[in-house]
Amino acid sequence: MVTIEIDGKPYQAEAGAMLIQVTDANGIDIPRFCYHKKLSLAASCRMCLVEVEKAPKPMPACATPVMDGMKVWTRSVKALAAQKAVMEFLLINHPLDCPICDQGGECELQDQAVGYGKDVSRYAEGKRVVFDKNVGPLIATEMTRCIHCTRCVRFSQEITGLQELGATGRGEHTIIGTFIEKNVASELSGNVIDLCPVGALTSKPFRFAARAWELQQRETIAPHDALGSNVDVHIRRNQVLRVVPRENEAINEVWIADRDRFSYEGLTALDRLTSPMIKKDGKWQATDWEKALAYAAEGLKEVVKKQGSQAFGALASPTATLEELYLLQKVGRGLGSANLDHRLRQVDFSDQDDAPLFPYLGQPIANLETCDTVLVIGSHLRKEQPLLNHRLRKAALRGANIIVINPVDYEFNYPVAHTLISSPATFVEDLAGLAKALWENPGTLVPTEMQKLLGTVSAKDNHKAIAQALRTGKRRAVLLGQLATAHPQFAVIRALAAVMAKLSGTSLGYLGEANNTSGAWLAGMLPHRGPAGLPLQTIGLDAHSMLTQGLKGYLLLGLEPELDSWNGAAALASLKKAEFVVSFSAYRTPTIDSYAKVILPIALFAETSGTYVNVEGRWQSFTGAVTPPGEARPAWKILRVLGNLLDLAGFEYMSSEEVREELRQQVGEKRPNNRLAWKIPSSLTTLAVKGLQRITEMPIYSTDALVRRASSLQKTVDATLANGIHIHPQLASQKNLSQGNSARVRQNGATLTLPVVMDERVPQESVLIYAGQLANLELGEWYGGVEVSAA
Amino acid sequence: MKSVTHYLKRLFLLELFKGMGVTGRYLFARKITIQYPEEKTPLSPRFRGHHALRRYPNGEERCIACKLCEAVCPALAITIEASPREDGTRRTTRYEIDMVKCIFCGFCEESCPVDSIVETNVFEYHGEQRGDLLMTKERLLAMGDKMEPQIANDRASDAKYR
Repeated sequence: MVTIEIDGKPYQAEAGAMLIQVTDANGIDIPRFCYHKKLSLAASCRMCLVEVEKAPKPMPACATPVMDGMKVWTRSVKALAAQKAVMEFLLINHPLDCPICDQGGECELQDQAVGYGKDVSRYAEGKRVVFDKNVGPLIATEMTRCIHCTRCVRFSQEITGLQELGATGRGEHTIIGTFIEKNVASELSGNVIDLCPVGALTSKPFRFAARAWELQQRETIAPHDALGSNVDVHIRRNQVLRVVPRENEAINEVWIADRDRFSYEGLTALDRLTSPMIKKDGKWQATDWEKALAYAAEGLKEVVKKQGSQAFGALASPTATLEELYLLQKVGRGLGSANLDHRLRQVDFSDQDDAPLFPYLGQPIANLETCDTVLVIGSHLRKEQPLLNHRLRKAALRGANIIVINPVDYEFNYPVAHTLISSPATFVEDLAGLAKALWENPGTLVPTEMQKLLGTVSAKDNHKAIAQALRTGKRRAVLLGQLATAHPQFAVIRALAAVMAKLSGTSLGYLGEANNTSGAWLAGMLPHRGPAGLPLQTIGLDAHSMLTQGLKGYLLLGLEPELDSWNGAAALASLKKAEFVVSFSAYRTPTIDSYAKVILPIALFAETSGTYVNVEGRWQSFTGAVTPPGEARPAWKILRVLGNLLDLAGFEYMSSEEVREELRQQVGEKRPNNRLAWKIPSSLTTLAVKGLQRITEMPIYSTDALVRRASSLQKTVDATLANGIHIHPQLASQKNLSQGNSARVRQNGATLTLPVVMDERVPQESVLIYAGQLANLELGEWYGGVEVSAA
Repeated sequence: MKSVTHYLKRLFLLELFKGMGVTGRYLFARKITIQYPEEKTPLSPRFRGHHALRRYPNGEERCIACKLCEAVCPALAITIEASPREDGTRRTTRYEIDMVKCIFCGFCEESCPVDSIVETNVFEYHGEQRGDLLMTKERLLAMGDKMEPQIANDRASDAKYR
């Protein structure tokens, strides 16, 4: 620690810290443009000039390290004159178009020109003009306004790691752009809107919609990623107009992913349902809540009475709030059914009794960046959890070894030490080989049955190399992603991952799925466990069985099962065959019309109060920012009344907080233990597949009903990529397929014609077909043999 | 002495004749009554009456939806919604002034960076139905189109004092 003097007052500071860090920490205001605490130093704008004793010229506070006994003046005549002069220079080429600029009212240049600039301009010459660039559907550009702070350039280099933006030219001719005409495709790209101190980069969906002074800010939690990013929604006249990050160093730092930033557009989608709908005598009619709920309760009672309670099941989206999920399982169990589930994208439930309390990351989110070795099993991490990926990127740039085992050679925005591409069929074989390679002296670490299973496995050279890497480093982790969870042999994968974690002495974690997957486990939205993970006597059907075996009555919460589940085609067929389906849905689609009897409009993100539990087990509660449109109501309120109408006990809640507290008390201090939560598999057989193997991934902008309706996100590269069938160019040429043509795809008896997309990431014995797309819905299962031929 | 003069004044009804004198003078003086609506008083070029939205000579509307008038309006009478027009420019999709709320302070005109919203010298307007005094963008633009010569004239004559 050193002592420095700023404006005549002594301050303690860390040796080597920059002056601006000390002033920021102590609330002393220094103007700046290029400095940002999460980016490297550029010291190019010179706005933060301050007077330092014994320095002949003013020094930039952002690039001046503190030294013991240093004396600094931030508001002296010399400092103010320097700032005023810099401001005048910055304004030379900045257009005076504040009235039509979206940044007007929240512009750093505007604020600082008022605070530190002159009141009149001496500049009368012509100003520079730079032509705009089209960088995609999310970011609007007005490059004439750019002041060359290079925050966006440094962001794209240092945070997204893709180097999408850069500066060309020198001096006055400097132009920020994408080098060649192309879209900014990073999943974190929206953050440049917040970073840009002027109106050069602004939000395209928000373009010209409102002024900063018209907006009210409400705190809430992001509705998509498993981190539960902290966000602020900005509202005007009861409408969400934009979403911006709220700083939380432990979760999302200062960033949010584009999915969380732009999904609010789905709130005002055209198919948003605003009044309860019931289907009577084959005709849909809008009705009021009283009639709709009575009709729903009557129908459910009748199904249970006629067909027995086991003919009824409830399915929920893990994007619902903790309170909703808790009440839904209470309704389901109240009706006597144990058929409750939220795991629609899983198919192997054989070890569910041994699963951890919830899929826990294994460590706090912030700790990921301090890891030295990380093994990622089955995850397109960049698109699944963009901000967890950012933590791993920080670790990788620090020198950590990141090892990836994936069915597709996904692109990572940091150096990956080892990549093992393994098709779904050989996935288990490769993991077993890896476990074997780690097996130097298993001793008591591995149970004998497991040792027996691994006995016949032989490790290949690449397995040994990865095993070697996994043994080095101080802090290590094995992480399971969504591609592993959705694998038909998930139980075996989990067991092998646990064995690897044990043998190498690392922690085991899950990378999470939706924003409230952990909450769904804790709320007991499961066939085999009650709230707080209590084991049950009677075990109900899991989501996959419910949707393939077919039940008589369904209660769906926030779902589009045809797009959300592992086998959409079978799910749709089962739902259509059911007698009585109640759908709690914010949207009305022709598909829901085709199977439901009652559609109850629910409130979405930012419209309801509730709690999300993130992947590290953190409970984050929030309140509604706007009221839901029309007659739509928060689902917890609907479920509470439905509970009353079904004559169930314990539905007297007056607020969502009461529901939360009831569950909170049951959960108490319980924490998951991933390392003990797994089951020894019966065998390590590999799956036999006829033809090409289907690899299925849930694309980033199709994960739930809300984001599927975010129109700007649907125009991004990531969303358009999700169409068609992805195939390796060599395999394509063998099959006489070429880019842009269509291919006939056959799986499980269903034949579809899909456009061909050449994709070198996909191994030759497989094809990649994205889930959550209406176009390929009929193909059904996420895994299996596919025949592809030219159409 | 004072009581004597007071007595004399009362005796000869002096105050009454003085008053009648004033009445008589005005009875024969030139009349200043205006026969409204046939006759009208002259108005200052700074008169603040009914609002109008102006256009440029080429017919393009001036308003760029900066929303400064909405922000400055002390009576919260102005409501604006904006979005990009087809050609990408920033335009209002809704511009409404609630004349019932308006206090005719003229701040909107002062704040306008493009001299779009102005107050004309029209003060003769009324509403017969609810909503008649809610001036929409179309009505304000029509007012501007109708009054443009007058508006421009008023602004020109007052320019040297600004």
